Amino acid sequence: MLRVFWCILSRDLTLAMRRRTDVLTTLFFFVIVVSLFPLGVGTESKALQIIGPGVVWVAALLASMLALERLFAADYEDGTLEQMLLTAQPLSLLVLAKVTAHWILTGLPLVLIAPLVGMQFQLTDNAIIIMMLALLVGTPILSLIGAIGAALTLGLRGGGILLSLLILPLYIPILVYGSGAVEVSRIALADTQPYFALLGAFLLVALIFAPVASSAALKISLE
Amino acid sequence: MSEFLSQGGYGFFVWGAYGMVAVLLVAEVLQLRAQRRTIWSRLGRLTRMRDTGGTE
Amino acid sequence: MTLNWFKFASPASFYPIAGRLIPVFWILTLLLLAIGLYWGFFETASKLGGSNPQKEYYRIIFIHVPSAWMSMWLYIVLVGWAAIGLVFNTRLSFMMANAVAPTGAIFTFLALWTGAFWGRPSWGTYWDWDPRLTSELVLFFLYIGYIALHSAIDDTRRADRASALLAIVGLIMVPVIFWSINCPDPNQCAALHQRSNLTRIDGNILFSMLTMTLAFWMYGFAATFMRLRSIILTREAENTWVQELLNARRQA
Repeated sequence: MLRVFWCILSRDLTLAMRRRTDVLTTLFFFVIVVSLFPLGVGTESKALQIIGPGVVWVAALLASMLALERLFAADYEDGTLEQMLLTAQPLSLLVLAKVTAHWILTGLPLVLIAPLVGMQFQLTDNAIIIMMLALLVGTPILSLIGAIGAALTLGLRGGGILLSLLILPLYIPILVYGSGAVEVSRIALADTQPYFALLGAFLLVALIFAPVASSAALKISLE
Repeated sequence: MSEFLSQGGYGFFVWGAYGMVAVLLVAEVLQLRAQRRTIWSRLGRLTRMRDTGGTE
Repeated sequence: MTLNWFKFASPASFYPIAGRLIPVFWILTLLLLAIGLYWGFFETASKLGGSNPQKEYYRIIFIHVPSAWMSMWLYIVLVGWAAIGLVFNTRLSFMMANAVAPTGAIFTFLALWTGAFWGRPSWGTYWDWDPRLTSELVLFFLYIGYIALHSAIDDTRRADRASALLAIVGLIMVPVIFWSINCPDPNQCAALHQRSNLTRIDGNILFSMLTMTLAFWMYGFAATFMRLRSIILTREAENTWVQELLNARRQA
């Protein structure tokens, strides 16, 4: 079981490493969106500190959603996905491996770049650490929920814009608690603990149910 | 009558809310009737074309 | 007496039944609307509450609460039919889910609209990021997502099943979303919207509110069945029973 997981994971990572620009596009999209906000709302540091967490999280939501379109698309076009459906291995495990690879390529870079964008918004060191932690727990959930939408909109024209319509409302809890944790950390660091408990709980639930739902969606789309 | 319409000075809010309900529900029903008529006439056209063997 | 329910599960046999039921639901709708509106406007006090009374504008309650209730109820109905369709693979249940969605979306929009027109005189604002308002907005997005996904897929079978799955995922997420909006700070919680408490409501107001709810519900049935008949006709256009119906219509 674990071998199948590693096999898919390393395959997807290798494939992505051959086309590094895809990874960089998502990352730079994130950085550009975040950098636009101070230009739009003014560069006063008080205001930036207040909107910072929310802006970073909304940008992370958009970036991970834009990348979702490619989650199954390449495998769908060259027929690999159909072969995966026919294997004896449980499909949800394969989906989980693909989502993991996708998160390493699009979610993890956002976590690593977070200190940089945090500085753009004059966030304190504590707030930046909390933001990195929140993104570390939160972005996998985004990928997991998003995979359901990506599977449902597989191969549709205008799939990307449709995907955002379906998935963005479902991201609300992550947005609320993810940016809430950073917001609170500016006042009292100890108060962030319940936020992480909730995000962690979401991650566990999503890890169990989202791959099952995504594989059901894939079966519907490929039938 | 005008006292009823003014609703104690809140006529705009009361009738604004009730008006939108009336407009949308009536519009939905009209749209459904129009849709039904279009479907029947399209079905009729399709059958006529089939009956005449498309030689028209 | 045993009824064979699966007999009604075929579109061909449900089509005439729906046709016969539609006028019944229309009559009920109009009757209940007349009673509810008359009672709401003429048999209720023009003020509500004690020291800080809600004036005439509270009469929006007779359409606001029913449309909010119907918007939520119809989403549950939609998911119910979608789930039945996925489990038993019956065509009619998917058509039913499909027929419910636009009416549900309209009620959701109306709940938001009437809420805004009530909020302005009583809270002093058309919109507030209050948990219930925001959740209703999210519900609206869920309806729109369902309709958009269904209409984006050309293959009917895939469209039915994909949007059914989406609706089910949406229903599972609704409590989580509501809770996260209701309690953005887990250390403390607060809300602006008044708690519902039916037992504290004046009898006349409660009567017309419930009558209006029934009226909206009957309207929901009528509109859904009208749409359902159109959907059945479009999808079954190639079947003989539709052709026979067409011939009968032409002779008439």
